[in-house]
Amino acid sequence: MSLRMPQPDRAMIARRAEIAAALEKIAGPEAVIADEDGRRTFETDGLNAYRAMPLVVVLPKTTDEVAAILRYCHGEKIKVVARGAGTSLCGGALPLEDAVVVGVSRMKKVLEIDYDNRFARVETGITNLAISGAVGAEGFFYAPDPSSQLACTLAGNLAMNSGGAHCLKYGVTTNNVLGMKVVLMDGEILDIGGPHLDAEGYDLLGLMVGSEGQFGIITEATVRIIKAAEGARPMMIGFPSSEAAGQCVSAIIASGIIPVAIEFMDKPAIEVCESFAKAGYPMDADALLIVEVEGSEDEINDLLGRIARIAEPFAPTTVQISSGPAQSAKIWKGRKSAFGAIGRISDYYCMDGTIPLSQLPLVLRRISEICASHKLKVANIFHAGDGNLHPLILYEANDPEQAERAELAGAEILTLCVEVGGCLTGEHGVGIEKRDLMTTQFSRTDLMLQMRIKTVFDPDWLLNPGKVFPLDMLTMSGLPNAA
Amino acid sequence: MRAATSWELQSMLAPFVDRQQPVEIRGSGSKSRVGRPMQTAASISTASMHGIWMYEPTELVMSAHAGTPLAQIEAELAGNNQMLAFEPSDIGPASGGRRGTQTIGSVFATNSSGSRRITVGAARDHLLGIEAVSGRAELFRSGGRVMKNVTGVDLCRGLSGSWGTLAVLTEVTFKVLPAPEKTATLVYLGLPDDIGVELMCAAMRLPFEVSGTAHLPQSVAGRLETAVLAEQGQSITALRLENFEKSVDYRSNAMRAALKVYGNPIIIGSTTSLEFWNELRRLSILPYTADTCLWRISTTPMKGPKVVAAIRRHMPTEVYYDWSGGLIWVEVAASADAGASDIRRAVAVHGGHATLIRADSAVRSSVEVFQPQSPLAERIVRGLKSTFDPLRLLNPGRMYANL
Ligand SMILES: Cc1cc2nc3c(=O)[nH]c(=O)nc-3n(C[C@H](O)[C@H](O)[C@H](O)COP(=O)(O)OP(=O)(O)OC[C@H]3O[C@@H](n4cnc5c(N)ncnc54)[C@H](O)[C@@H]3O)c2cc1C
Ligand SMILES: Cc1cc2nc3c(=O)[nH]c(=O)nc-3n(C[C@H](O)[C@H](O)[C@H](O)COP(=O)(O)OP(=O)(O)OC[C@H]3O[C@@H](n4cnc5c(N)ncnc54)[C@H](O)[C@@H]3O)c2cc1C
Repeated sequence: MSLRMPQPDRAMIARRAEIAAALEKIAGPEAVIADEDGRRTFETDGLNAYRAMPLVVVLPKTTDEVAAILRYCHGEKIKVVARGAGTSLCGGALPLEDAVVVGVSRMKKVLEIDYDNRFARVETGITNLAISGAVGAEGFFYAPDPSSQLACTLAGNLAMNSGGAHCLKYGVTTNNVLGMKVVLMDGEILDIGGPHLDAEGYDLLGLMVGSEGQFGIITEATVRIIKAAEGARPMMIGFPSSEAAGQCVSAIIASGIIPVAIEFMDKPAIEVCESFAKAGYPMDADALLIVEVEGSEDEINDLLGRIARIAEPFAPTTVQISSGPAQSAKIWKGRKSAFGAIGRISDYYCMDGTIPLSQLPLVLRRISEICASHKLKVANIFHAGDGNLHPLILYEANDPEQAERAELAGAEILTLCVEVGGCLTGEHGVGIEKRDLMTTQFSRTDLMLQMRIKTVFDPDWLLNPGKVFPLDMLTMSGLPNAA
Repeated sequence: MRAATSWELQSMLAPFVDRQQPVEIRGSGSKSRVGRPMQTAASISTASMHGIWMYEPTELVMSAHAGTPLAQIEAELAGNNQMLAFEPSDIGPASGGRRGTQTIGSVFATNSSGSRRITVGAARDHLLGIEAVSGRAELFRSGGRVMKNVTGVDLCRGLSGSWGTLAVLTEVTFKVLPAPEKTATLVYLGLPDDIGVELMCAAMRLPFEVSGTAHLPQSVAGRLETAVLAEQGQSITALRLENFEKSVDYRSNAMRAALKVYGNPIIIGSTTSLEFWNELRRLSILPYTADTCLWRISTTPMKGPKVVAAIRRHMPTEVYYDWSGGLIWVEVAASADAGASDIRRAVAVHGGHATLIRADSAVRSSVEVFQPQSPLAERIVRGLKSTFDPLRLLNPGRMYANL
């Protein structure tokens, strides 16, 4: 595909054996992967059209080891790419041939759980779902729930400020983090915040979350845990058109109800998910909303009843309240496995723009036009409550020409999102994928400022280079180490 | 000087950049007595940049110029049964400034949040987009108008709580939420501080979305204007429920049952509840006097009473707890250092941070008003300051002496 990466430094690649040996001294031989087969496991992430064999992979077990590794790399001017589970969909964790991959996947201990004060302190290699698992017995959970939650790590969630279906009510990662331990590129360890609310001074926590591995390696975090509601139940509402579904979302919100989740699927998505998950989705609908509310039995019935009445004027083809836990699980399984289900019938390219909800009809129409003009099919799934779209562009990955067209269509869709007042990425991050589109959303001044902030944390630009900032900006910036 | 637009602000700031002269940045000036005193050549106010220019109730989003009075924003929202969920507090009057004048820009610049913060997040969690002018007199933007946005470095949070020392916010876009249909407050009487805090934390462990928890010891409770509570002559521990009417009724019963070991609460309805929680928002129970200093401490909730006990070993205090014990407002007698060394030591032992909100200007220039930072954090903070404001022109020294 077409995105360019910086030229790797051949001299650095030639030092592979020496660097692997030095890393083994720090983290032990079992932590270092330098052989070709071993490294190949790490050559890509969730944006798997792009691949690069890492220089060396190291999987440390402690913050001190991470610090020693970074201190060594800093001294030797070796680039570093941090990695969690490698599920990034924007190439955020894509290795570079001349960079060491530092993976936190072996650092997954739960360090402290405190229900009275409602926080958990964990190592960041823990998977997202394992945090909720650790506190589930007491009826607590960790709120952000990306669909990849079984595999992705808290480290990746923090770096990408990940969201999920239930973020409408509970917020995204940045709203659920209280503190963290970060190793800076020079090996210094920075502690930010703690179990108390609102870390002191400038909001360094806010800057770190979503920094895409550019500022430091996060090894520990203190996250907010929340007592789960007494119960939760979804309902499905099918509509004859996407417009009607969009208007219904606005009407629900205008009524003063904030459901925990409002998920949208268009016809192609409904068909694929239904044939995969047998969730009982209405096949006659052109658009489907899954709306979930929480509370006691009575509260749930009351809210779902209100929502059903709100939906009436939009002529729904189906209004079905989940009959119980088994059906609820099925309904969510269909939604959460949507990517996997679509992945079975075709390769796909997953977009992640956000738009103001009022623009939905226009944007959905333009998305079909854009994809049709590139002779590609598209399925739409999205977090409707907050306007976060996930058009999945279907294509044949082994056909370079189709892959090229998918990328072009994707760029047009994201540009459209910005034009209607939205943004390039709602939760997946910029990575390499949207790097060169950043100039559609930001001015040169905006980007310079962001790059200067990167320089504060990583003056030598050794962390995750070639991502987030357009490559030509790096040369033009005048920042000594950026280019 | 009052700038009416962001470009006017840019051109006002430019000569200061050329002459390298520092400027004070203010909204309405309600909090001008908070922070370290500054030596500046002039003051630029955003108060003339006002007006709400976008409000989409069905998208839960509003945009306003930074100088728009908070009161105007809240009135507009109330007209649509919506609100700023984080319940910004007004520290103006408690610090000797004016009441009810604060601007929306300052709410985000100081990351000011009230009682509902424990469930819905802080001001910074509701900020979606900004436009601002840096100390280089450059106009920049971050974020946008949509709820989910991870494009680029997150300067919305980056500028929250920076007290105008990095950039002047000119426009803010923020998330709003529906106002609750009904509010009820369960008020428990006569509990000592540690049991009151235990009760608040126990309430937060229930699945009822308690949206406010405050404990007022007897002497502070006696200062309330809400007569039914002041007249009790006892400490009060208040738990707030907000929701649809049916839910509030169901949840207050369920909660009373679950917490019955703490006694039988008085339950106050919507009107009195609003009156009471608004008093906390205005901090009217900690009125300005020259004889006292006021600290704001954030700590782990269950450690709140321990922090207070540690401070009391050194000086008498009046306190009240919010955020289930994690936010403590501490009033001490005025003194040369406002009790800073003992208070900071107590906080250091138990974790958290302390900010001096009220003290005369001599005290505020001689002690650290904001929590001192580790050398490494200070290095990053200094780097950020030089990124946004390399000549140190904006509110120099307001947060930290050397910045
Ligand atoms: C099927 C599928 C569904 C998905 N659904 C969602 C969804 O619903 N919502 C959503 O938001 N995302 C979703 N994603 C995207 C992805 O899962 C998230 O971005 C996730 O947070 C990445 O976590 P990870 O552990 O895989 O990180 P990686 O992919 O390994 O890394 C992601 C980024 O984090 C950086 N990083 C990793 N570790 C650290 C560290 N310790 N310190 C600093 N930086 C670090 C990396 O350098 C990289 O830039 C989905 C992905 C897939 C494959
Ligand atoms: C790129 C990607 C795409 C996915 N897409 C879908 C999807 O479409 N639908 C769906 O339902 N689920 C998807 N998943 C989740 C997936 O089905 C598994 O849940 C997940 O991979 C965990 O597998 P595991 O437990 O075998 O591996 P783990 O135990 O997590 O990992 C085993 C080893 O593989 C490494 N590793 C893991 N992922 C990668 C990677 N991407 N690149 C290089 N090394 C890696 C780890 O670092 C570790 O060393 C995806 C996961 C990934 C990583």
